[in-house]
Amino acid sequence: MTDAPMIETMEIARPPRNQWLDVWDQFRSHRGALLGAAFFAVILAAVFLGPLIWQIDPTYIDIRARNQGPSLAHPFGTDQLGRDTLARMLAGGQVSLAVGLTAMGLSLVLGTLIGVLAGYFRRLDGALMRLTDLFLALPLLPLLLVIIMLFRDALRSAFGPEGGIFVLIVFVIGITSWMQTARIVRGDVLALKEQEFVLAARSIGTPSRRMITRHILPNVLSPIMVSATLGIASAIITESALSFLGLGFPSDFPTWGRLLFDSTDYLQQYPERVIWPGLAISLTVLSVNYMGDGLRDALDPRIRGR
Amino acid sequence: MFTYTIRRLLIAIPTLLVISLIIFLVVTLAPSDPTANLPLSIPSEVRAQMREALGLNEPILVRYLLWLRQFFLYEPLHMLDQAFGLSLAGEDMQRILSWQTRSPVADLIVQRLPQTLWVVGTSYVVGVLIALPIGIASAYRQYSWFDQIGTFVSMVGFSVPTFFTGVLLIVIFSVHLGWFPSIYDTTLRVTDLSTFWLQIKQMIMPVAVLALYNAAQISRFMRASMLDNLNQDYVRTARAKGMTERVVVLLHVLRNSMIPVVTVIALGVPTVFGGAIITEQVFKVNGIGQLLIIAIQGGDVPTVQTLTFIFAVLIVLFNLIADVLYGLLDPRIRYD
Repeated sequence: MTDAPMIETMEIARPPRNQWLDVWDQFRSHRGALLGAAFFAVILAAVFLGPLIWQIDPTYIDIRARNQGPSLAHPFGTDQLGRDTLARMLAGGQVSLAVGLTAMGLSLVLGTLIGVLAGYFRRLDGALMRLTDLFLALPLLPLLLVIIMLFRDALRSAFGPEGGIFVLIVFVIGITSWMQTARIVRGDVLALKEQEFVLAARSIGTPSRRMITRHILPNVLSPIMVSATLGIASAIITESALSFLGLGFPSDFPTWGRLLFDSTDYLQQYPERVIWPGLAISLTVLSVNYMGDGLRDALDPRIRGR
Repeated sequence: MFTYTIRRLLIAIPTLLVISLIIFLVVTLAPSDPTANLPLSIPSEVRAQMREALGLNEPILVRYLLWLRQFFLYEPLHMLDQAFGLSLAGEDMQRILSWQTRSPVADLIVQRLPQTLWVVGTSYVVGVLIALPIGIASAYRQYSWFDQIGTFVSMVGFSVPTFFTGVLLIVIFSVHLGWFPSIYDTTLRVTDLSTFWLQIKQMIMPVAVLALYNAAQISRFMRASMLDNLNQDYVRTARAKGMTERVVVLLHVLRNSMIPVVTVIALGVPTVFGGAIITEQVFKVNGIGQLLIIAIQGGDVPTVQTLTFIFAVLIVLFNLIADVLYGLLDPRIRYD
């Protein structure tokens, strides 16, 4: 009887905490990760809400105002056709981030699916892991370039000039970047399968489908989240690399990589023009990488305890 | 170990065959026409003849097998002939010809390989040489200001894409300061000290860009590997025996830490070749990467197939080398 009030006071002193509060506390203590997350939020807001405030049409050509330096009317100046650079940066950011997020989503779904299937069903393991190894041995950048070059025109006629390229780029980045996620998820699933709660769940007759969705997936969420953040970074870099090689979006449809590529033609006359898109790509990727770094520490219970 | 190597080599063969099939199918099944870039004034029956002459009317499987035979049998024989003046290859053994230049693809690659090897190879060596001391020092003084700066720089190094660092270096050192040329001049022959100096000058920027990128990744691995080893019992034992700190760190810890790092370095070689595609484009180095870009833009199917497959061979080969090295360096790992 004497124990009861003791427990009560302890509960008052320490309110019940769930796992995500602990994760958030650890994440908050990583200064770089916090800065990265804040910066990424700012970029997202600027890119998706900014055009509501800065209402110049990024495709509006004002040939008399071409090649201007920074001014009040055009804070980032104008390009060789008199289009406002700030508006183009915002529009380009929308495309770059949209490509990064969707491609990451696709690769995550693929990677998780293959990882869980390979880890959970022993019969599929060998075949799926051979497939993963095969994809890891493919020369990805050359193959990406080849696929985009060859299938560009067909998809363009099917989905329209911008939609076709968007679908193609998201698809190729997605199907060439799922392998790391699949490997990590498989390893975690294999370890989870040996634990008692899985045995308990199985002993009461849980079917495989519910087993995976209720017991396995929530427990492999943390590696998936970490590879999600790193996936955004690599997808953004790949998209801008493709655009930079002239094999991405068409030039009247700005993305950060495309803007950088177009600006290199005027490197001698207007060197400052390459800085903005390059800086945008680099800072976004840097912030996402820092975020992933912090998330990895925060989601790792071994580190979190310290 | 020897049987393991043999087994890995045998496993590599089907992998390479499947990869070659994938590359072949991607390029062949694509809805693009190699005669599309020809003038529209060519009548359609001539166009059909040209397609037939290019062998495009055969079934896909036949074309794949023919390509395999060309790639694995005819090309090596011709290469041997050229290298040693033999005549192993018969008259009917056709070489893989580029559709753009009508010359053998192998010759094109041989012409362009030195530039790529010089730039990429130097940058990788420089990157490793920078990364190792930085990794060792930042692990030894973990969380010191040196470690913090090193972490930040390496984070920046692999976050900033090479096409931006390259362009940035051009803006600073070519446009503003005018120290280095922004375009790599392949016709330059190194004959005396002044041309050697020119060669150095034009190599500095591309090498710096790639070296920074590689050093960023390798120094992270070096640091993590050193940290793993520095807390081990044998380190304490070595110190307890009265060995100097220098011997403990540089002889005992470093040698053990190098095992995973060496494999990472080996695994990184093929990706460096891939990444060099972008750097070659930035600095206009006419290496293999640029050849690939030109061939892709011109719809030059044989060149694209051959180059992509060579990249795949590099990846498989260096995976194999990494695995074998791991077994050789670490006596605890026995594959048999």
